[in-house]
Amino acid sequence: MLIKKGAEANIHLGEWNGRKVIEKKRITKEYRLKEIDTALRSYRTAHEAQIIHEAKKAGVPTPIIYQVDRSASTIIMERVEGERLKELLPRLSAKARRKLCRLVGQNIARMHQRDIIHGDLTTSNMILLENGEVCLIDFGLSYFSDELEDRGVDLHLIKRALNSAHYRVAESCFAEIKGGYVSLTGRRQAEEVFKKVNEIEKRGRYSERM
Amino acid sequence: MIVLAKLVLCLGIESTAHTFGVSIASDEGRILEDAKEVYKPAPGAGIHPRDAAQHHCAAAPDLVAKVFEKAKIRPRQIDAVAFSMGPGLGPALRVGATIARALAVYLKKPLVGVNHAIGHIEIASLTTGARDPLVVLVSGGHSALAAFAQNRWRIFGETEDITVGNLFDMFAREIGYASPGGQIVEQLARKGRRYVELPYTVKGNDVAYSGLLTAAVRKVKEGERVEDVCFSLQEVAFAMLTEATERCLALIEKPELLLTGGVAANVKLQTMMRLIAQEHDATFKVVDRKFSADCGAQIAWTGILAYKSGGTVKVEESVVRPRWRLDNVFIPWREG
Repeated sequence: MLIKKGAEANIHLGEWNGRKVIEKKRITKEYRLKEIDTALRSYRTAHEAQIIHEAKKAGVPTPIIYQVDRSASTIIMERVEGERLKELLPRLSAKARRKLCRLVGQNIARMHQRDIIHGDLTTSNMILLENGEVCLIDFGLSYFSDELEDRGVDLHLIKRALNSAHYRVAESCFAEIKGGYVSLTGRRQAEEVFKKVNEIEKRGRYSERM
Repeated sequence: MIVLAKLVLCLGIESTAHTFGVSIASDEGRILEDAKEVYKPAPGAGIHPRDAAQHHCAAAPDLVAKVFEKAKIRPRQIDAVAFSMGPGLGPALRVGATIARALAVYLKKPLVGVNHAIGHIEIASLTTGARDPLVVLVSGGHSALAAFAQNRWRIFGETEDITVGNLFDMFAREIGYASPGGQIVEQLARKGRRYVELPYTVKGNDVAYSGLLTAAVRKVKEGERVEDVCFSLQEVAFAMLTEATERCLALIEKPELLLTGGVAANVKLQTMMRLIAQEHDATFKVVDRKFSADCGAQIAWTGILAYKSGGTVKVEESVVRPRWRLDNVFIPWREG
């Protein structure tokens, strides 16, 4: 059963050996050239499965991968039960929101410490689990890098996602994410990344800084 | 004439970059007249801000007079004078601002400072009837994805370095053509047959084009056919943008997708964007070709909207803002 048409994959609900699973199928996109399309789908499928596994090793909750079919660009993975932060965040009390954002920051730090860049950090890609942890999904744009620039872009993306989709609470949420990040990496390392975030913003189109 | 007297009329002056544009719009949503003169740098060169400003200075007097004449409007009949206050090239912006201030003072009419990017969005909304779209603004100055919420356009994705318009301009320059390069690349791309592999960089809803530019220029220097590189460059640049747009559309689920800005005239990009709009049950809309490139009409019409909701600026405070972001503009005239 198709439950979501994403930008690069269709998400189906299914069963696999008696388990409820998600089938993430990267479909052909008619808008792009066949050469580009085939290479992207195949690469991202294999890569996503690998990085989800690495992130789990880093201590970040991620779905369990059951099967990868590179030629069909399909991954079968655990169906994660819980609510997306996108819908959850606006309903929470300030205190609960802060706590949750702190967890998000810690998850990002755990990935970065293992040189994993998520590449698409939005509140739609985070699910609150029953045990109170935050599960990260959709590693389709993830990659390995130990560069400050890439870590900065990662944090810049979540900041912008907050500013656009959760503009009422964006500032406090991002402050708390930074707090969570610092708590694992230490102040010195974190500040370097935060400095990069500012730099990326200034580099963007038309930033007015007085 | 009695009917006309009831209308609110706004003169709009555009001068952010290449184009000096003058237009008159009415509050019933009609563009009475729209005229422009476009500065052309030498082949292989980019815009020189001072030369652009001089071009605008020389073009302005006749163009303003011509627009009043053709619209059959006497200068005193207008209700407000709007100008592009930013973002753009300082020297070019100051020409438009100076003329607008002078006219406003002389005619004793209020002055309205318009954000050029908002102008692209509003003229597209006017001509397509879009109400609550995800906007794809693609031009020399912008590559941004925006949607409206609570008095502001919120940016959901944008370029992290150069714009798609820049990309084509700079590439065209490197291979010896004059800016703007979008049309040249589009024409050459039609004769391209073979895909030359180029780097593809999407970061969430963002894109980055500088690596693509460097690689494309290198491919030409290595002896690849220019037509093939143009074809591949266009395919990759637009596929990146379309993927970012689709990701954004899947995220915020808007009922309309609105393509605007100079690059919106590109037929290939329109085809790609139309496909993803259909995929996500959104209505695809694209700005009228007459108003896709920079024009006075986008300023005149946005000037009407701002003027009618009290958005005027005092002459002494009407300093141009070369780096004015579109998400910094407070917008009282839209709901959402």
